[in-house]
Amino acid sequence: MTRLARYSPYFLALPFALVFLAFFVVPLVLVVVVSFWDYTEYSIIPDFILTNYAEMFEGCLARLPDLCTTFATYLSTLKFVVLTWFFCLIIGFAVAYYLAFCVSSLHMQIVLFLICTIPFWTSNVIRMISWIPLLGRNGLVNEGLISAGLIEEPIEWLLYSSFSVTIAFVHLYALFMVVPIFNSMMRIDRSLIEAAYDGGANGWKTLTNVIIPLSKPGIVIGSIFVITIVMGDFLTVGVMGGQQIASVGKIIQVEMSYLQFPAAAANAVVLLMLTLLIIVAMTRIVDIRKEL
Amino acid sequence: MAPRSVRIILGLFFGLFVLFLYGPLISVFVLAFQGPEGGLTFPMRGFSTHWFGVLWEGVGVVDIWRAFRRSLALGVVVMVITVVLSLMAGLAFRRRFAGSGAVFYVAVASLIVPSIVVSLGIALEFRLVDDAVKAWGRANEVEWVIRQYTTAMGLFTSAMGAQLTWTLPFGLLIMFAVFNRFDPSYEEAARDLGAGPWATFREAVLPLIAPALVGVALFGFTLSYDEIARTSQAIGGLNTLPLELRGLTTTVTNPSIYALGALTTGVSFLVIGVALLVHWLLRKRRAAQLARMGGGGA
Repeated sequence: MTRLARYSPYFLALPFALVFLAFFVVPLVLVVVVSFWDYTEYSIIPDFILTNYAEMFEGCLARLPDLCTTFATYLSTLKFVVLTWFFCLIIGFAVAYYLAFCVSSLHMQIVLFLICTIPFWTSNVIRMISWIPLLGRNGLVNEGLISAGLIEEPIEWLLYSSFSVTIAFVHLYALFMVVPIFNSMMRIDRSLIEAAYDGGANGWKTLTNVIIPLSKPGIVIGSIFVITIVMGDFLTVGVMGGQQIASVGKIIQVEMSYLQFPAAAANAVVLLMLTLLIIVAMTRIVDIRKEL
Repeated sequence: MAPRSVRIILGLFFGLFVLFLYGPLISVFVLAFQGPEGGLTFPMRGFSTHWFGVLWEGVGVVDIWRAFRRSLALGVVVMVITVVLSLMAGLAFRRRFAGSGAVFYVAVASLIVPSIVVSLGIALEFRLVDDAVKAWGRANEVEWVIRQYTTAMGLFTSAMGAQLTWTLPFGLLIMFAVFNRFDPSYEEAARDLGAGPWATFREAVLPLIAPALVGVALFGFTLSYDEIARTSQAIGGLNTLPLELRGLTTTVTNPSIYALGALTTGVSFLVIGVALLVHWLLRKRRAAQLARMGGGGA
């Protein structure tokens, strides 16, 4: 092997690695470092203080069982995480199962899969505001319920509420669950399922003993994706919550708009730690690298 | 094959899911053609292109057409960089090299670290760079820094970097999928026939993986064109279209926002259509070439 060939992987991977060094690794290090800095209204000052963290959790333990703002915000964010994850998982599994096991021709599978993926390529903001004509005070849902005689006054909590935030999350990210689960299911050797049936297992037993365990990698990857996106969200909660609902991401965003970088950084570190904790717990279940 | 009853129930469920995905989007497209008297919700009061006209005149204080051009330009640049760097990294990863694990895990980590944290980090980085440059300018009395320098943040610096941390991992994962299924015998044949590394790549590898590169390009462009979360804090003074659009959701209360939504979604669909067409043409050409060579489909 020539010397050039021996070193070629390094030259080839270098630009890729440099992008992540400059725009991912260094920024993350800076977030951690600056979270210990001091700040005034217009400047940030190198220091090593714990004030930013202390202020975040000020009075949180003393006031229990009442929730301080930080705890309440995290709880609200986690509520969206759990709800979104749950609905995405149900939908993702059912849709992937249908595509993998109920559609027999490969051609049809590809077509239906493409139909599912196309909305993913369009703007998130558009997909959010597209709920306004349906869920608004004079939207299709309210009009329909009124004309059916089921309600007399329009339901107010359909839009700009936890309900609309959750529905938008599921609408935006269900696909992130469909794709990896479908991928895992397509790799399941069909003869295993035949064998389960031949061995006397019914449909339910085959599902719980063969298909679900073998789809686990896809379920875990999809779950990690959905959970981390919802954890850090500020956009969907902002637009669909009518700027009235708190989330951890929104706190960071607001603090940054007031140029309180160290406070925002401290919040970001806590958010990151919590997210990583959840991911580590999930990767205990599966080795991601083996699945590619 | 699942039992008939399961197939029917799941088929209905799938249909509802597709309705759930497309229903709201269709209502935006329909309401974009709302009559001049109509509002943000149904019913349609007439059918017109009035709101596209309003959009053309400009909504509010922001210049959306400039934002649109900025988004397109950034999308194209991010697309090209994503294709080139992902391809190079994909080739590098075909062999194990020192640090390959670290690069891989950093790229995957970039996908799952909350975007607001990445965006904040990049904003901090550029703020510190700005402070350093200004301090250096004052210390050395560099005229143009003192007079003109405000920030290094911008569309093709911080915003581009922020978007690349989101598009490149997808690019790399696609390249992994490609090279995992790649048959190296074509390459070996080219090498046996005396082709050098560059000729082997250009004549044997590139035509085989070209359809997949179209996929990487599609990811690169559309993820950039619609990106908000990472770009939001790292954009500097001039916003991209999605960021302006987000601002408009709180200020615009007439169907012109749907007209804008229909237009930008139309651009996305156009890009997908072109990508699918190019992908299909490349595959057809590849299949024809392989057939001529007497080989099977790779």
